[in-house]
Amino acid sequence: MRIHFKTSYAHDIRLFPDRWTLSIYGTLLLLAFALPYLLDEFFLGEVTNVLIWAIAGLGLMLLTGQTGQASLGHAAFLAIGCYANTILIEQGVPFIIAFPLAGVLTGVIGVIIAIPVLRLHGIYLAIATIALSVLADDIIVLTEPWSGGVSGKFPEMITIFGFEIERWSMPSRFYYLVLVVTIICTLFYRNLLRSPLGRAFAAVRDSEVSATAMGVHIARTKGKAFGLSCMITGWAGALMGYYAGTFNNETFSLVISITLLMMIVIGGLGSIHGAFFGAVVVAFLPQALSILKDNVVGSGVAIPGLETGVFGMILILFILFEPMGIYGRWLKIRTWFELFPFARKDMFRRQKSYLKTERLR
Amino acid sequence: MEVLQLLVSGLANGCVYGLIALGFVLIYKATEAVNFAQGDFMMIGAFVSLGLTNAEYMDLPFWIAAPLAISIMAVFGYLLDLFVLRHLFGQSQTAVVILTIAMGFVLRFVAGLIWGHEPQTLESPLALGDLHLGSVVLGMADVAIIIVTFLMTFFLYQFFQRTKLGLAMQAASQNQMAAYFMGIPVKRVQGLVWGLSGATAAVAGILFASKGAIDPNAGLLGIKAFAAAVIGGFGSLPGALAGGLIVGVIEPFAARYLAAGYSQIAPYALLLAVLVFRPHGLFSQVRVKKV
Repeated sequence: MRIHFKTSYAHDIRLFPDRWTLSIYGTLLLLAFALPYLLDEFFLGEVTNVLIWAIAGLGLMLLTGQTGQASLGHAAFLAIGCYANTILIEQGVPFIIAFPLAGVLTGVIGVIIAIPVLRLHGIYLAIATIALSVLADDIIVLTEPWSGGVSGKFPEMITIFGFEIERWSMPSRFYYLVLVVTIICTLFYRNLLRSPLGRAFAAVRDSEVSATAMGVHIARTKGKAFGLSCMITGWAGALMGYYAGTFNNETFSLVISITLLMMIVIGGLGSIHGAFFGAVVVAFLPQALSILKDNVVGSGVAIPGLETGVFGMILILFILFEPMGIYGRWLKIRTWFELFPFARKDMFRRQKSYLKTERLR
Repeated sequence: MEVLQLLVSGLANGCVYGLIALGFVLIYKATEAVNFAQGDFMMIGAFVSLGLTNAEYMDLPFWIAAPLAISIMAVFGYLLDLFVLRHLFGQSQTAVVILTIAMGFVLRFVAGLIWGHEPQTLESPLALGDLHLGSVVLGMADVAIIIVTFLMTFFLYQFFQRTKLGLAMQAASQNQMAAYFMGIPVKRVQGLVWGLSGATAAVAGILFASKGAIDPNAGLLGIKAFAAAVIGGFGSLPGALAGGLIVGVIEPFAARYLAAGYSQIAPYALLLAVLVFRPHGLFSQVRVKKV
């Protein structure tokens, strides 16, 4: 077990608590950059998919895991980011400007939507965001002159100062682009957590009453969380558009919203690791299932709804037996080894709690 | 005359939304959680009654199969609470929301495995014939839906207001710990209300399947029932019915008088408008506590 002796505040909020952690993440980063030389193109595409989902997961994690507001409408913001990016590029804006702008635009729209919606909380927020996700589909069809409606859009090739990036013909270049965006988003998220705003998010999540008592403006903080969350989600949406190669009104459906929320729950709410673990599950589950299905019932037999059904079952098992997700389980295993033989079973036990109505306030 | 016809067919649809919304409200009233799988409960209820009644499955007489299906769904609801939801006792609403969404996925998958993905209709005696009132034509199934929905809302309302168990359920939702102190077996009460909502879902399913075809994705209707429950104020039974009727009536009128593309937005736009301007619905249950 490593003991951190902290002598200053700067010490306390360091990105990496010690050299050992730094070297682990450094190795991981090196491995990530070397990956195109280690994997073939198919698996590189899959890893790219994982990273894109992880960015989207980070976006939702900021809102749900960090600020405690469950959103079932984030597919709408994926769509806004994707369409904004494609339309800007079609208007002749270079990618290097259009891509960040698409995220910022999504964030601004997120804040505008958040102003009325964030007065709601708990289930009302979940229902309002469901309605948002359903509406997004219809609105894309209605705004056909810009969005292409049902026939959809095809994102153009990415060009950064004459350097071309395309998902199918040069997967390793696209992988590096996604990797760089992932690193930027992760660092942004990690730094946000160390800032006063990040602390305010956590305070709002844990108790709105005590957050107010500490001088946190609840509505404003939630609005900022919504905006930042939508911004990251918008970037993920733009990348998702490039990854899919074509998209229309049905690409970013309610199912994507729900998958995104379930993904961060399975990964572990409230942690950066959780977004990545969840993304691995979401991206590889269809592959794993199809391999399993081919071996058990033979290939060519289609079982509709199998993926969502199995995904739902995995989620139920996680909520019942490991509410902290994959990252929580990993923490428990690590603690057990670090403290060996002094780890106790009830170290992570949840406090017994009782619900009260929200109707009497 | 056309307006009247639209109104009447809207009422019948609205009653189905209202019945699903009743299920939401029952569970919300007693456990302060929302069952996002209520639409899928309805779908399962419909398929269970279909499996008991239709000639290619069990071929039982409808009037035996219907009560049987209702009781099966009641037991199903109770067992679901016993084995799954009780683990989350006292946890936040969001955990239950995510759990029930996942349950919805699983139920849809299981229903697809058992009954297939082709739309099927219930061979129901309710589906026969039309009722002519002047120039307004109304299917017998629609009439049955309207009557049953109003009766159920009335009896459930009386149940919550008058009976000891109904009051215990309300107390259990308002403050679980205080309810324990008053000697209410909170967990069993919650199990009973899940059973009750399963039975309500079965009634909704039987009526819905008599009226039209069902398939495993029929449960997505639940999203419209959300609109109904929210408009009525989550937690008020007559409100749920009123909300359902409003959504049901708005739909055919929007389809008739609004441009294509705008009509299916109408219920959700209404939902968002209600949430923005009257966040706790038209029949609000929120009172500010005086200290």
